[in-house]
Amino acid sequence: MDLGEINPVLLVASLMVAATPLLLAAIGELVVEKAGVLNLGVEGMMIVGAISGFAISVETGSPWLGFIAAAIGGAVLSLLFVLLTQFALANQVASGLALTLFGLGFSALMGQSYVGVKPPSMGDIHIPLLSDIPVIGPILFQHDPILYLGIALVAAVWATLKYTRVGLILRAVGENHDAAHALGYKVIKIRILAILFGGACAGLGGAYISLIRVPQWTEGMTAGVGWIALALVVFASWKPWRALLGAYLFGGITVLQLNLQAAGVAIPVEYLAMSPYIITILVLVILSADKSSAPASLGRIFHASH
Amino acid sequence: MTTPLLSLQGLTKAYPGVVANDQVSFDIGEGEVHALLGENGAGKSTLVKMIYGLVKPDSGTMLLRGQRFAPPEPRAARADGIAMVFQHFSLFDALNVAENIALGMENPPAMGDLAARIREVSETYGLPLDPYRTVGDLSAGERQRVEIIRCLLQDPKLLIMDEPTSVLTPQEVDILFETLNKLRSEGTSILYISHKLEEIRTLCDHATILRLGKNVGECAPAETSARDMAEMMVGSTLQTPERSGREFGEVALDVSGLSVPSPSEFGTALKNVHMTVRKGEVLGIGGVAGNGQDELLGVLSGEITTAPDAIKFNGQPIGKLGPTARRKLGVLTAPEERLGHAAAPDMSLTENALLTGSVREGLENNGFLKWAETKSFAEKIISAFDVRTPGPENAARSLSGGNLQKFVIGREVLQNPDILVVNQPTWGVDAAAAASIRQAILDLAAKGTAVICISQDLDELMEISDSFAALNEGRLSAPRTTTGLTVDEIGLMMGGAHGMEVAHV
Repeated sequence: MDLGEINPVLLVASLMVAATPLLLAAIGELVVEKAGVLNLGVEGMMIVGAISGFAISVETGSPWLGFIAAAIGGAVLSLLFVLLTQFALANQVASGLALTLFGLGFSALMGQSYVGVKPPSMGDIHIPLLSDIPVIGPILFQHDPILYLGIALVAAVWATLKYTRVGLILRAVGENHDAAHALGYKVIKIRILAILFGGACAGLGGAYISLIRVPQWTEGMTAGVGWIALALVVFASWKPWRALLGAYLFGGITVLQLNLQAAGVAIPVEYLAMSPYIITILVLVILSADKSSAPASLGRIFHASH
Repeated sequence: MTTPLLSLQGLTKAYPGVVANDQVSFDIGEGEVHALLGENGAGKSTLVKMIYGLVKPDSGTMLLRGQRFAPPEPRAARADGIAMVFQHFSLFDALNVAENIALGMENPPAMGDLAARIREVSETYGLPLDPYRTVGDLSAGERQRVEIIRCLLQDPKLLIMDEPTSVLTPQEVDILFETLNKLRSEGTSILYISHKLEEIRTLCDHATILRLGKNVGECAPAETSARDMAEMMVGSTLQTPERSGREFGEVALDVSGLSVPSPSEFGTALKNVHMTVRKGEVLGIGGVAGNGQDELLGVLSGEITTAPDAIKFNGQPIGKLGPTARRKLGVLTAPEERLGHAAAPDMSLTENALLTGSVREGLENNGFLKWAETKSFAEKIISAFDVRTPGPENAARSLSGGNLQKFVIGREVLQNPDILVVNQPTWGVDAAAAASIRQAILDLAAKGTAVICISQDLDELMEISDSFAALNEGRLSAPRTTTGLTVDEIGLMMGGAHGMEVAHV
């Protein structure tokens, strides 16, 4: 056992990379749930995003096009959820589960010819001056652009929900869709847009795994990150910055326990492997002890009956 | 003749199985307060929803200042200067007052400016309101203020008010009427829906009466008696509740030294409440909304438990008992909020009948439910209280407010309680139904039930109660017999000047 082999700078830098797929998926789902829709298909949309992004960037050689394709792929799959829940008024839980199962199977089919292929690399941004600062530079200022996009999205979602009219209307729809309808807001339209945004974010998160974090394609490679994202939204009390905190905590402990495993610490591997889940949930449960509660219309079917 | 502000011509709207509006025509003039009268289900709500753009008419036209007016959605109606205060408040519980108001405006100013304007308007019109309070913690009366202020901020040309005074005190009603008169003098027209005929007589210039979706007559309210208007509305002779001189029995409920904090952050704590109610007595409790009414009901129903001795039923301490145990003893309650508190909105009437009736009506057997008996209990309520619904299998949500109110009151009355506590028993209920609910309460009292009626409708309290007390900031005034009680005295009791000198008033 040699803890000295763990490089703290690399550890913190890779923590942010490990957390980004989770963060992207969670911030998308947060918006969806704020609009009063419970989409359990995050895992499915992520994996479809992962293969869409992977395939397109391999075919075109451009990781940027890949990420755009991933966002579109996730959003297109979420359209299926829109169709089921917003027009056919199907149960959201069942539809979400179906979406996940469909996404896992469909992505495996799409990805058959991409197993073992290496995708083009995106390359990191080296922010001039800032990235040269010792310690802080490699940790904060030498990452790929999508990682920064993730953080920017959290800030944008937070500001939009808190300070803008669009955000207020979105929250109102999630809180009481009947009252929002009575005031003349287009409940279905707003929810569709939120679901598409959630799908696009999940797709980006999936592609981040297949294009940057791993980077290769294997079946079922999202490995439950979508489910963690769903739990994260709840435990973060539907607050964007808490979701960021939770994602980094989860990513951090994941990376740390991998390092500890590699260093041969005398703790059974199973305990190390479960630690990110337990610690993240514990911390967020303690944080969520305040009164903030779920959007009141979450998961309820809206039908304009009068 | 000048062009009316809004002219309705032959509006018809049919839903499957029912014609909600059948060839309704009338005009609303500029600066006119126009009353729309009718029983529950007469089609008033559908009519105003058409004006507000929520429902499209099947046929007929509307003219706004002579121009054809067919708002495809409320946004368009609001843009044309039409604002509406809803009967079922369309508010968002988790958002604060300012956010709720911003949602009802087309181009709201920044939050800080909006909050300042809310404060200003609310003070101008005597409807005090803190813009940063969460709406979920407000009382029904305060929630209505939010709706009214939301409309006033938009400088409407036509203000539609659906049952605006049902949750206000007389003083608040006076203030509201001043507000409305001020708006009228500024040239705003008001379409005013109410069941309170006296109000319409004092406030409105013109009245249109709807019955079963048809315009059955118009009148000038100031020149028509309330009774005549009621009879036009109902289409038959109206019964007023009768009260026979009664002897009271021994004390059934004894509350002494009751102090409890409110379960809600913004609620009102009850402070040292004393009262006794005798068998056969109706105690009316008045007061402005949000002065501890909900907490008092909670304490009496067992939702909030207290020290055992604070509440005694026939001498037996029950303060620690929960609602089911109290129901078993015969202490029944009907809370104010119909959907969500008194009834589960998405459950059928049969299921709702079971929820409070299972103990006393013997509707369950070792944990198994007796559906046949429950259904016949629900049917009994429906027929005894004239609840208009196709049958007991319909969801509580599908009933109109007044019909559901008849159901929830009937459900308790038919269980032969020893003590019945009702909060706002006739809120949003039409004249005929309100009269039958009051009659049922009086009949129950005549059989020896002790009744506590919490209400903001003073006329109602004066009509049915034997003694009267008022809640003010969680304190209950000493109950007084209603015979000979004047409006001034009541106002003082509600204002909190218990026993203080009245020289400077």
